[in-house]
Formats: sequence, C-alpha cells, structure tokens
Amino acid sequence: MQNIKSNKNHSAFTKKNLFITAGIILGFFVVMLLAEGSLLNRQYKSLIVPIGIYIILAVSLNLTTGFLGELSLGHAGFMAIGAYTGALITLNLNMPEVAEFIIALIVGGSIAAIFGVLIGVPVLRLKGDYLAIVTLAFNEIIRSIINFLGITGGAMGLSKIPRYTNYVWVYAMVVLTIIIIYNLVNSRHGRAISAIRDNYVAAESIGLKVSKYKVMAFVIAAFFAGIAGVLYGHNLSVLKPADFDYNKSIEILVIVVLGGMGSIRGSIIAAAILTFLPEVLRAADDFRMLLYAVVLIAMMLFNSSGIRTRLEESGKLPKLPKLTRNKAK
Amino acid sequence: MSLLEVKNLGISFGGLRAVDDVNLNIEKGQLYGLIGPNGAGKTTIFNLLTGVYRPTTGTIKLDGVDIVGKSPSEICQTGIARTFQNIRLFKKMTVLDNVKAALHNQVKYSLITSFFRTSSYYQLEKQMNEKAMEILKVFDLDGQASYLASNLPYGKQRKLEIARGLATNPKLLLLDEPAAGMNPNETAELMETIRLVRDKYNITILLIEHDMKLVTGICEKILVLNFGTELATGVPEEVLNNPEVITAYLGE
Amino acid sequence: MGSVLEQLINGLGTGSIYALIALGYTMVYGIAKMINFAHGDIIMVGAYVLYVTVVQFKLPVIAAVAITITFCAVLGITIEKIAYKPLRKAPSLAVLITAIGMSFLLQSLALLIFNANPIAFKSIINVKTVKIGDIAVSGVTLVTLLVTLICMIALSLFISKTKAGSAMRAVSEDKAAAQLMGINVNKTISMTFAIGSALAAVAGILFVCQYQSIKPTLGALPGIKAFVAAVLGGIGSVPGAMIGGVLLGVIESISKAYISSELTDAIVFGVLVLVLLVKPSGLLGKNRIEKV
Repeated sequence: MQNIKSNKNHSAFTKKNLFITAGIILGFFVVMLLAEGSLLNRQYKSLIVPIGIYIILAVSLNLTTGFLGELSLGHAGFMAIGAYTGALITLNLNMPEVAEFIIALIVGGSIAAIFGVLIGVPVLRLKGDYLAIVTLAFNEIIRSIINFLGITGGAMGLSKIPRYTNYVWVYAMVVLTIIIIYNLVNSRHGRAISAIRDNYVAAESIGLKVSKYKVMAFVIAAFFAGIAGVLYGHNLSVLKPADFDYNKSIEILVIVVLGGMGSIRGSIIAAAILTFLPEVLRAADDFRMLLYAVVLIAMMLFNSSGIRTRLEESGKLPKLPKLTRNKAK
Repeated sequence: MSLLEVKNLGISFGGLRAVDDVNLNIEKGQLYGLIGPNGAGKTTIFNLLTGVYRPTTGTIKLDGVDIVGKSPSEICQTGIARTFQNIRLFKKMTVLDNVKAALHNQVKYSLITSFFRTSSYYQLEKQMNEKAMEILKVFDLDGQASYLASNLPYGKQRKLEIARGLATNPKLLLLDEPAAGMNPNETAELMETIRLVRDKYNITILLIEHDMKLVTGICEKILVLNFGTELATGVPEEVLNNPEVITAYLGE
Repeated sequence: MGSVLEQLINGLGTGSIYALIALGYTMVYGIAKMINFAHGDIIMVGAYVLYVTVVQFKLPVIAAVAITITFCAVLGITIEKIAYKPLRKAPSLAVLITAIGMSFLLQSLALLIFNANPIAFKSIINVKTVKIGDIAVSGVTLVTLLVTLICMIALSLFISKTKAGSAMRAVSEDKAAAQLMGINVNKTISMTFAIGSALAAVAGILFVCQYQSIKPTLGALPGIKAFVAAVLGGIGSVPGAMIGGVLLGVIESISKAYISSELTDAIVFGVLVLVLLVKPSGLLGKNRIEKV
C-alpha cells in the first residue's frame, strides 16, 4: 500500500497535474470565447493581448522583486530589448509566419537574458535603493541607446512590424511563463532564491552560492520580459523608444506590489485589473489618472499602515486572504 | 587526529586586534566550548572559521584541508555549519523549507528539471521532504513544519537554526549562544538535544555560551578567550577554577 | 576654448538646479530612509504657484516667490503627514510605491486644473547677459548660480550651527536614540520635508525662468536627474548632493555639446553606474557594513 502511494507521488502524472492540464485547456477555451465570441465589444477584446503581456511582465518581475527581494526599476529595459530584437527579426527574415515568430520570441528573450547577465554585475555589488537606482539607470541607458542607433529607427522607431501577436500566442506564452516561474520558485533553486531574500548571510552559511542565484533570477526574469516585448511589438506594429522609459518599469512594479510580493496569483489578478481598469474609467477621462493615484495611495496605506490589521483584529473587517506570500496552511 | 586545527589565528579591524594568536584543536566527536566575557572575540572566531571574515594571520584546517580564503558557501560544503547569535532564519519561508533550503547541496537536480518537473523532480523532492522531516523530528519541530519560521516561538527558532545547520551535513557544527534567552527548563532540554545530535549524527560541536550550567554540563573541553587572546584551555572544572579566568569574568 | 567654458558655465547652471533638488532627496533619505519619488513634482507645483501669483494675481515678484516657497514647504509637510507618516514601520517598498502614487496624484491634479498644454511663462529674472571676453553668460544662469550658492551656504550653516540642525543630524543617525535624548522626531521630520520642499520650490522657480514653459510633467525629468545626482554624491550626504548635482549638470552639458544629445542620458546614467560599481555608496556616502 505504502509503496503504491509513494510510486504515485514520484511520477509527473499525478491527479493534480491532470487537473492543471485540464484547467489550462479550459482556460484556453474561455479566452477563445472572449476573443472570438460576442460577449465583449471590440474595445474590451483589444485588451486581451495587453493583459496577457502585462501578466508575463508582472510574473517575471515578481521573481526578482518578490522572490529574490531586489527592487528592480528596469524591467521595461529588458522588454525593450526583446521588442526591438523580435521586430528586427521578423522585419528582416523571409520565412513562414509561425517559424519567424518562434525565432523572434526565442531570440528576443535570449538577447534580453544576455543583458540580464550584464546587469548581474551591479546586482552583485549593490543592494536595496542603490540597486534600484542602477536598474532604473540601466533602463534609461538602453532607451537612450535605442534612440541613438540607426538600426532601431532612432526616435521615430520601427513601424510596419507584422501583427503576429494574437490571443493564441499570448495565451501560450502566459501559460509557459507561469508554469516555469511557479515550478522554479517551488524547487531547490527557488528555495535558494527566497532564502537569499530572507537572509543572505544565513543563505551563504548553508552553502548557497548567493551570486549565482541572484544573477539567475535576473536572467530568467529578463528572458520573459524580452518575450513580453516581442509580443508587444508584434501587437502594436510600431515601436518607439519612449514606450520603454522608467515609467513603464514603475507601472509593472506597481502591478507586482499591488498583487502582493512573491504571489504569482496576485500578479496575475493585479495585471488583469490594472490593465482593464483604465479602459473602464475611460468615460471619466480627466479623472482617470487622479483616481488611479488615489486608489494606489489608499491601497498602500490600508495594507501597510496597520489599519488593516487593527480592523481585522477588532472584527470589523473579515479576514481577507492576504495576497502576499503566505504558504502556511 | 584532530578535526579542526587552528594555528596562530588573528584578525585586526583597523588598528584593533580583535583576535590575536589563537590556537584551537578539536578532536573528532568532541563537544567543545568557547567562553569569555562580552567583546572577547568569540563570535569573531566563528566568523573567521566560516569565511565571513578573512584572517590577517594564521591557518585553519578542517580534516587536514586548508580553508582560509574560501567563501562561506565553500566552507559550508567542506563541512562547517553554524548558527547565529542574533537568529537568522529565512523568516518568510516555512519551517520545512528552511531545512530543505539547507539540503540544497545534498539533494541535487538541474534547472531544467525544476522548470519542467520531470519525474526525477518528484522523486528527489520526496527524498528531500523525508530527510527534512527526519531532522525536524529530532528537534521536535515536525508538528510545525508548515508554519512560517517567523511564527515560531523564540526557543523553537533557535532549534530550527540548529536543524538547518545540521541539514547541510556538517562535520563541525558551530553554535553561537544556543541557549540565549531560554529558561532553565528549555536549556536543560537543549542540552539533551545537543548531546543527542552529536551522538546520532556523529559530528563535532563547538559552541559559544554564557550559561555556565550548560557549558559545564556538556562541554568536554573549553577555551577561555579574553581581549581576543587565549586565557586558558582545558577541561571545564579545571579552567573555571583558574584564578585568571575568574578575574577576567568578575574583575579584580 | 571660450565655448568649452561657456558649456561649463551652462552646465554649472543646470547642475546647481539639480543640486537644489538633490538636497531634498538626500535630506529626506537621511532622515526618513525613503526615496521621496514625489519630490520632483514639488518643482512643478512651485512653477504653477509662481505662475498663478505672478500672472493671474499680478503680485510683486518678491511676494510671489515668498508665497511659492511657503506653499511648497507646507505641501511637503502635508504629504509627509498624510502619506508617509502612517507607513514609518512599513517595508520600504510600500513607502516607495506610496511616493510614486503621490507623484501621480500631484501630476494629475495639475492636469485637471491647468490641463496638459504647456503654459508659456516669461522669466521673472531680468538680468542682462554678461560678456567676459568671448564668453557669454546669461543673466538667468548667473542668478541661478548665485541663489544656489546662497541656499547651500545657508543650509550648511543651519545644519552645522543650529540646534534644529543638530537635531536633524541626530535623527538621521539613530531615530530611537534621538527620541530618548528628548528630540521631537516628528517635528524634525516635518522640518526636513519643509526645507527640502522649499529648496525644490526655489529650484522650480529657477527652472521655469530658464525654460519658460510650464506643464504637469515638468518635474519628472529634473526630479529623476536630481535623484541620480543624490545617489551619485552618496545619498544621505548633503555635500554629496551638491557635488553630485553640479557634476551631473556639467557632464550633461558637455556631452550634449560635444558627443551627442541622444546619448546624453546614456552617458549620465552610465557615469552613475560606473561610480556606484567603484564606490557602492556614492562619492561621499557612508559605507555601512552589516554586522554578523
């Protein structure tokens, strides 16, 4: 009996995994229904791809910020590298659409990952706020260089990029990103990354190679940001360097923080809401940004100033599930 | 043959000689105590042994291997584990994950296996879980395996740190004030656990402690440190009756 | 040769504006250990207040300047009280995001009141261009340099000579210990925000006199540059902010003139990265080693 049970746990074909596979397929049909059916109007349908892109960006940034614990304000830089690399590939290759796009995605992600190694050098020397400002600087350096180069079209940017991105590609990439990052953080490598976040001195003392895992987290996050960039460019068909300034990085960071540091589910939900919300508020156009700002401040004050804990303890507020990492069952 | 051989160990910070010419020989399986007044350089010696600081002078050999200049993580892999005076747990991780993180170099699988969860992932994770639970059981922490480390009471946090150190499969375990902040009952229990760990896992233990009951109770040999230098070495009864040691602790 | 000197002086002019803003970043960081992302937008608020008082209310320049500085100082205190004070024990990331939210809030309020179109603004500094040999230095630059110099000397004296200044130093060193010594920490933090915001208001006034156009996002770019300057000089260090600001301005103006205006940002940020790689806590920053 014992033996049979443990055998079951060894294999990848557990009940849970079958369940997840079924969920992924079901999810695809839901997305297809939304994208092709008549449930949503055109305006909302056009949000499906951006939501997916922001999910990839937020989940990958969560790896560096939530799990590794290093504040990164340069995620849009990696995205820019992926976007431009991918666009240059599909603009210059003459291959069938699918082949071309797969190459663009892989190469775009990989080049971004190589830049992730580059940022690894300061990552190993700096901490906290200093690292944050260096990642921001890195973002601006990339934007500025793209602005300067001829091949990227300078300030005018690139246009006539084939519109390959559709909900099928985005859904596939979102699923891939979530699976890989979820699996990573729940593996020995992921535990090493979280251990470094919680206490790097102790992490070193138990034999973890701190530098290796810090760079690894940045590289993997950069790879997926690059993929998101490729999807982004092939959705809009035009790219401008100004699309990738540090405000874009901050936008992604806000999603991660509101979703909860170290919570993949939170990142997904927050990415969907924060992409959707501005569209809904379009009617109140002038007040949109104001409302966004007020909501942001109010959320942070509510969550972090102890008001929430006090209300929950006095019983005035039901204990909401915290969107932060909380594995204790 | 001695497991740890330290010769003429010394370090200066600026002009201050924090540790000066310390010699230390620990036999395999020994329970060794390192005592001395506050600021004597005890924790500094731990930091030198584990590679947090690089010594200015002297040699450190573990099982005949020179470890001076190695990084903390390399030193851990050659067989020294430690706990910290101010507890350093992975607070936002579960008790189980704290120990599993320390099994990192015992049970290995590749990054690709992590990404795609091939069948060896399930196999090796299970092996890790079993190993970790076995260690937690020794410290009576198996019931709290799914708690966040920060939610454990103080005494249990100290125990978890020892469990985590043990999980790296060390030859030598360094404990920095394991009984700090514990009441007499907890201390007595801890003494039992330390002895048990030594016997069960067949390791050597060097500990810093202020609680003399614990030191005389379990240490087979002690070294007294004062102002960074060796004051006395020997069996506890002898050393603690040494007039110089008494002066160092109580003053003239 | 003359033109190099001219670029250098122009760089000093922009740099000293950066330095004034950087002082606010650095002082707040020193005391509250937070990056006040909304600091750059105080410049923008200052610019609009100046515009309203000078153009719409037609107040004399001195009165308008005084009102602008006071308004910004009070705004700084208010922001701290409402948004940052409740978060003093919160993780630094929560505070950073709140500050970003505050920055959005100020920008969107300005957008609602004044809309996005830039407003042309005639400089209130009417000093003629000075020519020394073949070097021409504009009046605005001269005034900027002079005002910055005065502000910096006054601030240095305030911090080193007055009781309130030593309270500030004490709080930035160790908040809990300062409290035990009878220093009113809340008051000191409010004062720091007030001074930082007042300096930002001065920077805002000088900035619009130089560029003569006001829009809601005006504060963002000088804000981020000044932030870089503060980190370059060593965040938390007052002389560091001054040096960092001036250095940044000079590098920017030289590379704009002689290398490429598109690459200027890359060069400025590249210098920051290089400096931090060599000296991880900035030029004059304190190196704090964690005790094991």
